[in-house]
Amino acid sequence: MKKSFRSSLINAIAKNAENYPDMIVLNADSARALKLTDFSKAFPDRMIGVGISEADLIGTAAGLAATGLVPVVVGFSMFVSEKPFEQIRQAIAYPNLNVKIVATHSGLCVGQDGATHQALEDMAVIRSLPNFKVFAAADVTETEAALEAMLKHDGPAYLRLGRDLAEDIFEGRKNFTPGGADILREGDDVTIAACGLMVEQALMAACSLRSEGIRATVMNAYSIKPLPEQLLLEKAKKTGAFVTAEDHSIIGGLGSAVCEYLSGNCPVPVIRVGVPDRFGESGTQDELYKKYGLTADHIIKAAKQAVSMKTMNAKG
Amino acid sequence: MSRNIDELKIQANTIRKDILKMIYNIQSGHLGGSFSMVEVLTALYFDEMHYDPHNPYLKDRDRFVLSKGHTAPALYATLANAGYFPKENLMTSFRRIDSMMQGHPDMRKTPGVEMTSGSLGIGLSAANGMALGNRYQGIGARVYCMIGDGEINEGQIWEAAATASHYHLDNLVAFTDVNGLQNDAETKKVKDMLDIAEKWKAFGFHTIEINGHDFNEIFAALDAARNCKGRPTAVISHTTKGKGVSFMENVVAFHGKTPTKEEYENGMAELEHAI
Ligand SMILES: Cc1ncc(C[n+]2csc(CCOP(=O)(O)OP(=O)(O)O)c2C)c(N)n1
Repeated sequence: MKKSFRSSLINAIAKNAENYPDMIVLNADSARALKLTDFSKAFPDRMIGVGISEADLIGTAAGLAATGLVPVVVGFSMFVSEKPFEQIRQAIAYPNLNVKIVATHSGLCVGQDGATHQALEDMAVIRSLPNFKVFAAADVTETEAALEAMLKHDGPAYLRLGRDLAEDIFEGRKNFTPGGADILREGDDVTIAACGLMVEQALMAACSLRSEGIRATVMNAYSIKPLPEQLLLEKAKKTGAFVTAEDHSIIGGLGSAVCEYLSGNCPVPVIRVGVPDRFGESGTQDELYKKYGLTADHIIKAAKQAVSMKTMNAKG
Repeated sequence: MSRNIDELKIQANTIRKDILKMIYNIQSGHLGGSFSMVEVLTALYFDEMHYDPHNPYLKDRDRFVLSKGHTAPALYATLANAGYFPKENLMTSFRRIDSMMQGHPDMRKTPGVEMTSGSLGIGLSAANGMALGNRYQGIGARVYCMIGDGEINEGQIWEAAATASHYHLDNLVAFTDVNGLQNDAETKKVKDMLDIAEKWKAFGFHTIEINGHDFNEIFAALDAARNCKGRPTAVISHTTKGKGVSFMENVVAFHGKTPTKEEYENGMAELEHAI
């Protein structure tokens, strides 16, 4: 069943409100759009809205963190990662302040709003900052687990969510550890490492591949930074071929991170499924995923290519 | 300059109907802030501005920058009515894949769109650049910019205000569409910017306050702006969000909510009867 990221976020925040009395939520004129108004009603003094001023939003969060509170900045991905990027670098990353950024509406899944609102580079830029952890949630359960893990961790962290509906993959509870990953399916021929909304596509792809005799490991690579290095190494040795899948530019995201790690530790073919080096456009999520290569079919094609490269490599 | 107010009122009404149709048709898009600026857009495109819809890249054209880019439906409907492209496109293109009319303005896809926008806060700086560029090239054209009263929360707007004033950009007019609402609630509740006119004045702008639905006041402001030398003009345009359809007026939800069938039909009926 599909459930909404936006409705889950408020649940996740509300659940943690008692356990983390120091948690303060900040937004920039997006409380209504993100369904956060229940929280501001329940905890009026723990919700700070700064209006449409994202640079100010980030700086304010940094100041709150400096007083020992735990600010959680919530907003559309584009406006809480790329727009105030330099403020994030100077006021959060460099001083290593305990600010959490939760970014909704990440990637092409934004749909009809179009390219201006489709953050295809957020993981690339935030991942490049020292001190930052970067996570992506695949469904509602994982969103809640991720927020809790971020609150437990002392330091800057970024969580990336989709716009609206996601298939319920984990149903209920799941582990979430920085540097962790979930193996959702085992197979010896190829590893598909996916994050966010592409996890669902990866599982569908693995099913189809199985019927064609290709057995795929499916990894939910929710921790883009730090990477699940040991698991990547193990799977690279076992399957000898990788596909990565993400609703993000193929430059700088999960695919790049996996390539960076494997190239220095266990070089195997890695085919990156993601948005090619171009901007998005308006359209429905389904239309855009088809046009920009983010479907199970694209993963299947990539998996076959990765497997064939492995054979070619072996033949030398 | 015809300045036939009755004709302009009819034109504005047509544009409102087109906006409602296109948003209802695709079930996506921002109604409230589109409706609030229709009279100003109509005055600009059907009287004030110099341009040729068949030759959209004329060197000496006047330019309009929609800084509050989410209200693109109003700009698209205006451009279609001005003859930049066929009106059918409003139904077949807006917010659709492979189309020339993006969810937010895209200067590379839609003829007549002068600046790409959608991320709030950026447009006035670009308008300044155009005004400076025209001046440098000896082009007498004027530049108009439309900013939201929520959008002025953005620091960059005030950085740009200081720039415009510093460079004495008397070829620039910055409208603030003061409809009193933004995304979450009333602008005064989200972040009170206090006296908006005083702010523009303090930044060195020749500042005029008008009822932004009254053509006579709009033209008086535009005339005053053209006659003002050595300073940019700020027009504080007091408007009603959702103007034209009673049950959308001043309703926060109609910022981004799309009308149901019933709301669409009732809204169209109201607009039909308004003229
Ligand atoms: C930088 C940025 N932050 C947030 C948004 C999301 N957003 C779209 S419209 C809007 C409210 C705009 O209010 P206002 O400027 O008053 O426009 P109007 O009421 O005229 O529609 C917000 C917050 C955005 N588009 N850009």
